[in-house]
Amino acid sequence: MAKRLLIALLFLIASTSAFAASVKGSIQVKGSDTMVNLGQAWAEKYMEQNPQEFVAVTGGGSGTGFSSLISGTCDIAMSSRNIKQKEIDLAKQKGINPFEIKVALDGLAVVVHPNNPVDKLTIDQLAQIFTGKITSWKELGGADAKIVLLSREVNSGTHVYFKEHVLRKNDPNSKEEFAPGALLLPSSQAIADEVANNPAAIGYYGMGYISPKQKAVSIAQDEKSEYIAPTVENVISSKYPISRPLFFYTNGEPKDTVKAFLDFALSQKGQQIVRETDFVPVKQ
Amino acid sequence: MRKVKEFIIEKLILICGLASIFFVILIFLFLLKEGLAVFKTVSPFAFLFGKSWYPISEPARLGILPLILGSLIVTLGAAVISVPIGVACAVYIAEVAPAKIKEVLKSGIELLAAIPSVVLGFIGMVTLVPWVKHVFNLPTGLTALTGSIMLAFMAMPTIVSIAEDALYSVPRVYKEGALALGATHWQTIHRVLLPAASSGILAAVMLGIGRVIGETMAVMMITGNAALMPHSILQPVRTLTATIAAEMGEAVVGSEHYFALFAIGIVLFVISFAVNVTADLFLHRRKI
Repeated sequence: MAKRLLIALLFLIASTSAFAASVKGSIQVKGSDTMVNLGQAWAEKYMEQNPQEFVAVTGGGSGTGFSSLISGTCDIAMSSRNIKQKEIDLAKQKGINPFEIKVALDGLAVVVHPNNPVDKLTIDQLAQIFTGKITSWKELGGADAKIVLLSREVNSGTHVYFKEHVLRKNDPNSKEEFAPGALLLPSSQAIADEVANNPAAIGYYGMGYISPKQKAVSIAQDEKSEYIAPTVENVISSKYPISRPLFFYTNGEPKDTVKAFLDFALSQKGQQIVRETDFVPVKQ
Repeated sequence: MRKVKEFIIEKLILICGLASIFFVILIFLFLLKEGLAVFKTVSPFAFLFGKSWYPISEPARLGILPLILGSLIVTLGAAVISVPIGVACAVYIAEVAPAKIKEVLKSGIELLAAIPSVVLGFIGMVTLVPWVKHVFNLPTGLTALTGSIMLAFMAMPTIVSIAEDALYSVPRVYKEGALALGATHWQTIHRVLLPAASSGILAAVMLGIGRVIGETMAVMMITGNAALMPHSILQPVRTLTATIAAEMGEAVVGSEHYFALFAIGIVLFVISFAVNVTADLFLHRRKI
């Protein structure tokens, strides 16, 4: 029995080392849930072209990406927000130099149920809705129903971006917070599902998640400006007010396989994939 | 030679026995070491009784009262649902059911215990959430009640199997004596067997509750995770466990948010330790 176990173990070791040998380089990519689909699409196409390399893409949120870049467990951190000073300091302490590369753009869509009569909002109204100052759809010209706020968990770059750019309107001294009654859902898909089923819900997520089961609201910077729909064209022309850059972060300037993968992401083909996954290319 | 072998085996078993205690102590020390650091920035009182949880704001607000109450309300709800059903089920299996039905029921309950909690959470999200929203006419179905119902399913197998054991271990003479005195079957169960097995049944209830408090995945998916002070069971709540699971990935190692999550771990550890000790006390009282 013991002998057989030993043989099985040896076999296992031999097979894993053989597998490891056949793959030349392996790149760990981790971070923003918004970017998981994009990262995965890049990885698949890249591995098709370079079968000897292996790219593993996992989500978890932008913060998760940074904490694993800092602890050295990933090669590339995907992020839907800029790195915070706190995180840079911590990285420096551990001998890591975060290096930023802008790889795509994303528009944040605000979505409601398709039967909801409300189809346009200003940034100011959005801020009042999500901080809990406006609580009924009636105040916005909708049905007499309590607004159900849906947000991402605090580990999400989308959550942080929405708070800083919509709730706090880019004011670093602002103390606005999401209303405590906002439901924090673990994924963008969970928000999409809840909005599709709940006529009183309002949520936000990357443009890539919009489907006919939700209605994306047009957004205006203030009452006097034009209401703009979240489309690829409006994000490229930066007319749409809630759009943001998406980043890759590496430790120091990218080298070798990591650089090859990055170059692929920024190549024409890579940016074509950006468009196919409903994001907006950085290069035309 | 034989003696040496005996000796080695004996010591090996001893080490295995001690290992579990050793690990518990190590885990607890680690929790203390990481968790207590949060009290450098926030007082224990403000931590336990603070009403707002905004861990990533500047400055962070780290009050876990809504989370503690969230966990309690979900657990209480689950207990109210699962205890009567679970105990009644145990009585039926131990006393009333014919042998064939008993076998079917027992394997059914084992099967219920085998369902992974993420699967229960997923089923709850698709079926129970819209149902709760519709029946109670609520703005959203992601509520404490939804979590309670789903967790009741998870606590039931524990409650049934331990309560059933307790009923079996009541000496036969009690039952025979009661029946011989002319009591009906129901009177025997209700007046003799249940009181005689009461400490075992209480232990079953406590262990079931322990399972519910520690559950994470299902509650994270179906309770809405809103950190507000719960006023009713029909509101969204955020539990201690879901908070740790949802935020641990993001917390930068060594930040106050990270320490606060470990401190939540200590609170959870203390709660489930208390629950288990209570269960143990009941179990031992039965033996005397």
